[in-house]
Amino acid sequence: MSALTREETEALIQEVLEVYPEKARKDRAKHLAVNDQSIEQSKKCITSNRKSLPGVMTIRGCAYAGSKGVVWGPIKDMIHISHGPVGCGQYSRAGRRNYYVGTTGINTFGTMNFTSDFQEKDIVFGGDKKLAKVMLEIESLFPLNKGISIQSECPIGLIGDDIEAVAKKTAKEINKPIVPVRCEGFRGVSQSLGHHIANDAIRDWVLPRRDTQEFASTPYDVAVIGDYNIGGDAWSSRILLEEMGLRVIAQWSGDGTIAEMEMTPNAKLNLIHCYRSMNYIARHMEEKYSIPWMEYNFFGPTKVAESLRAIAAHFDDKIKEGAERVIAKYQAMMDEVIAKYKPRLQGKRVMLYVGGLRPRHVIGAYEDLGMEVVGTGYEFGHNDDYDRTIKDMGNATLIYDDVTGFEFEEFVKRVKPDLVGSGIKEKFIFQKMGVPFRQMHSWDYSGPYHGYDGFAIFARDMDMTINNPCWSKMTPPWLKPVAPETEQKAA
Amino acid sequence: MANIMIQRGARGDYVFYLPKRDLEDAIVSMEFDTPEKWGGEIRLNNGGSYYIEPQAAPAKLPISLRARRLDAAE
Repeated sequence: MSALTREETEALIQEVLEVYPEKARKDRAKHLAVNDQSIEQSKKCITSNRKSLPGVMTIRGCAYAGSKGVVWGPIKDMIHISHGPVGCGQYSRAGRRNYYVGTTGINTFGTMNFTSDFQEKDIVFGGDKKLAKVMLEIESLFPLNKGISIQSECPIGLIGDDIEAVAKKTAKEINKPIVPVRCEGFRGVSQSLGHHIANDAIRDWVLPRRDTQEFASTPYDVAVIGDYNIGGDAWSSRILLEEMGLRVIAQWSGDGTIAEMEMTPNAKLNLIHCYRSMNYIARHMEEKYSIPWMEYNFFGPTKVAESLRAIAAHFDDKIKEGAERVIAKYQAMMDEVIAKYKPRLQGKRVMLYVGGLRPRHVIGAYEDLGMEVVGTGYEFGHNDDYDRTIKDMGNATLIYDDVTGFEFEEFVKRVKPDLVGSGIKEKFIFQKMGVPFRQMHSWDYSGPYHGYDGFAIFARDMDMTINNPCWSKMTPPWLKPVAPETEQKAA
Repeated sequence: MANIMIQRGARGDYVFYLPKRDLEDAIVSMEFDTPEKWGGEIRLNNGGSYYIEPQAAPAKLPISLRARRLDAAE
């Protein structure tokens, strides 16, 4: 099926909007757009970061998810207390596959769930005492922890507990950093505010801790920021940077430690992968410590090479040569991967709906495989994300912000992509509709997808999904038109 | 009054950033832009305008400032 024209896409949006009541239709119309590369500014065509409509199925998370799940959770040697009722922590435990090295429960705590388990009594009388007790208990049971963060759930903000005071007092007692994070779920419109609150907590409670400490720095120190090591992403990125001669002094926050975060202000350049969740801290470090920052994209060989060169441009000739050497070294391997998979994937069309950086970053990787992204959207992106996306997307493709369950299904039915890349909540709907699907939040239990090694896995996974023989078996035998051979058998 | 941050863009222009609303935009005009007097009314690309107290030009950017909203876009 050929791509839709601009008029057809506009008509499709109108058709989908028709089912809504008038007020909802007006609101949703602002979030759906047809891409036009000539537009400089996204806000002329799309509105983002607004409250979701009540009554529709939104796929967004909450501020607690943004702070505990995304930014703080992967810091492996700290214990993150989900302060409040037990559910928030338990149902988000270990789902994001932030890999790390260490012995869980001894010196790393990534996949464990710590909670203050609020009961009625704590809501009525306040939970400060319980919180202090929890922290002392943690200290005696897990003495190798390097610090504690308190991730507030909704009730903490509602009853007005003073977690900052408890944190300061207990931090003195146990002589370890304790970071209170005011990331109650009801704040903001999506997880995006949680990222911001978490960044601010790092700014206020973590970064200044070692400002006066000596550091044996080199001119090639960089920090990788906004890589959560999903399926090992940060590792496959880090080796490339190290191979070109840079020294990675910190990983934020996948497989990261609090010591690395405290030392980040010594970096010469901050490399931002997930712009959405970590740009706040990069801006802060630029202002306070004069560390420049840049965004990079490690999805697909074209973008990796582009990014490596852009990173090297910040350094001297030694690093520039290093970048060329790395690109040349992996070129043969990449050619092989593309030669193998491109013929199988050429011309296939993809629709994406993810969060953070992927709706624009993975476009390059699909294009390297000869595939085309025909629709994309962010769960919780802001205007500046869409500004960056418009340039990467083809003309007349669909862009949808905070798409509702209904809209997404209708779009897929009409656009008929060969692959949908989205989250776990959408996965089974589309698979039951007979559309190949990849879960692009945590790489469908695969990964890494970053870097050169990641691209090989990415290509294999996409091929595995799209060319899976099961898609030809979607019609049950009794609904198939009767074939002549069965008649013969009957006779 | 809002906390804002002003930084240099890639093309040497000023970029305005309002963390509270996560609004990032280019500054199209600034009332005073000399080393002695810097600031005043600033106009953004999106049509909004803000006022920062005129002051000596900052030694380095980015810089965090307090600004008054004159006219927000949207």
